[in-house]
Amino acid sequence: MTELRLSHRPATGRKVADVLVRVFSVLSAALGIFFLFWILWVVLKKGHTVLSWSFFTSAPPSPGEGVGGIKYALVGTLKMTGLACLMGVPVGLLTGVYLAEFGRHGAFASGVRFCVNLLMGIPSILVGLFAYTVIVLAAPRHYSGNAGAFALAIIMLPTVARTSEDMLLLVPDALRESALALGIPRWRMITGILFRAARKGLLTGVLLSVSRVSGETAPLLFTALNNNFYPKNLSQPTANLTVTIYNYAMSPYDNWQRVAWGASLVIMAFLLGVTLLLRFILKERHRS
Amino acid sequence: MTPRRLADLWKAQTSFRKSSAFHRHVDRAFRYLTLACAATTLLLVGAILWNLIEHAWPSITKFGLGFVTSSQWNPVKSQYGAASSIYGTLVSTAIALILALPISLAIALFLTSYAPPWLAKIVGTCVELLAAIPSIIYGMWGLFVFAPYMQKTVQPMLAKLPGPLFDGAPLGVGMLTAGIILALMILPFLTAVMRDVFAMTPPVLMESAAGMGSTSWEVTRKISIPYGLRGLIGATFLGLGRAIGETMAVTFVIGNSHRISTSLFAPGNTIASTLANEFNEADSPLLEAALIELGLILFVITLIIQILAHLWLKNLQKRQAR
Repeated sequence: MTELRLSHRPATGRKVADVLVRVFSVLSAALGIFFLFWILWVVLKKGHTVLSWSFFTSAPPSPGEGVGGIKYALVGTLKMTGLACLMGVPVGLLTGVYLAEFGRHGAFASGVRFCVNLLMGIPSILVGLFAYTVIVLAAPRHYSGNAGAFALAIIMLPTVARTSEDMLLLVPDALRESALALGIPRWRMITGILFRAARKGLLTGVLLSVSRVSGETAPLLFTALNNNFYPKNLSQPTANLTVTIYNYAMSPYDNWQRVAWGASLVIMAFLLGVTLLLRFILKERHRS
Repeated sequence: MTPRRLADLWKAQTSFRKSSAFHRHVDRAFRYLTLACAATTLLLVGAILWNLIEHAWPSITKFGLGFVTSSQWNPVKSQYGAASSIYGTLVSTAIALILALPISLAIALFLTSYAPPWLAKIVGTCVELLAAIPSIIYGMWGLFVFAPYMQKTVQPMLAKLPGPLFDGAPLGVGMLTAGIILALMILPFLTAVMRDVFAMTPPVLMESAAGMGSTSWEVTRKISIPYGLRGLIGATFLGLGRAIGETMAVTFVIGNSHRISTSLFAPGNTIASTLANEFNEADSPLLEAALIELGLILFVITLIIQILAHLWLKNLQKRQAR
């Protein structure tokens, strides 16, 4: 009966609704693209004027005069991200190994999995606050690049752990069984065979986590602060790109604001590049 | 067998035994190492909670429950309350979700059913790239480009509408601008999940509906959305979690004022923006404790959202398994 009634219902209203939704969906897609290009264009327009080779190799400018460069901030960011990788990647990777190889279905593993998700969802400013209470307050109030790197490592850890688990689970069990049947001990099987088989995926996870932290500002605000000097080591407040952008953008000096736009352009170009690269890698994987 | 070869065999066997014992030890050590790393994540979550409580303690004991309900923030009198920050966090997140949910649904619809594959690929990549732009760039763009635009064009138009929501001077910065930028920031995440949810609908169901004369919107409304409703609600949790703790972009455009106002044009603050703004200038131990207690509240809110999302998804998997 319902079908019969359906065929007798006038189609105009339904067709109008359909067209309206169609128009709305096209407009929404256009809106998303519009905002993307608006932001990209603004950053490009305001940032490109200061870009030159010396922008990457000079010391920061004094307020009100000249453009200088972002060398110190760039080096500081690279050093902190590097140290964060040294801390976050091994722990994340081995957590992934535990979840994929040893724990798999246990209650403990599902607890760990929940905590990994939780860590992924924690606002990054809270990670900064945590690093502040643990490291900055440990010595009599001492801000340092190490504290910043610690915060970044905590943000990297869950991303690496989850992608590692997923990528290791993609390796077929037959490979594990044949390795064990040859009498290869389990740790050699994991480090020598599984890691090699899942090489590309594991690298993707590391790249993903690096791209996640390289645009982060909030976790560095209370930990690494900023600095006007070359970051020789990370035991002092350390110059870094994102906090420099924040401070310069909020400053009243025109030249500092221009440097902030230039540095934004550098970070954005890097992040868009990495994102497109990751997309490309993942798609290749998908195809094969 | 010559004695010499027997001896060789013997040697080989013992060395095999030794090495297999060695590998057993290494195996166990390796296993414990991975276990320790996995335990680190549990430990971290516990330590974050513990540390926040410990450092917020002076404020917790001084203000008690009144901290959550008082909107006073007066460093001179050492009176602190979280109400304005909590209010701002909830309102800006609500604006973001109200704007982003229908738009991301429409974009997901466009990508899965309306656009030809080549166009869907381009549009999909563009929307995904919105997620690659760091928060601080959204903030700078928001403060220097978008807020003036809101002030000159959008807000005067909205001000003509009746009701208290759009009262007051168009400042550009404020709750509404922050909400719109947050919506933009969570758009790619919502779209990605909704797209997956739509792709999960069995084609047979959709084809049968279409075969009965349904328009494609009817197929979506009556088949895809009910089928994927739980996934869509999961996506909402995800967007909620992202928007609620967003710091830098909001700090730039929300105006940073500890006042609760019914108008969306008014400047306000969120928990995260208050932290970003005031923590480094906190000169009294009590103010620092109060700020850390704000962080604790944010942490507890995220914790609740995550647990709800977790239970929700677990329930979902159970249903699908059946």
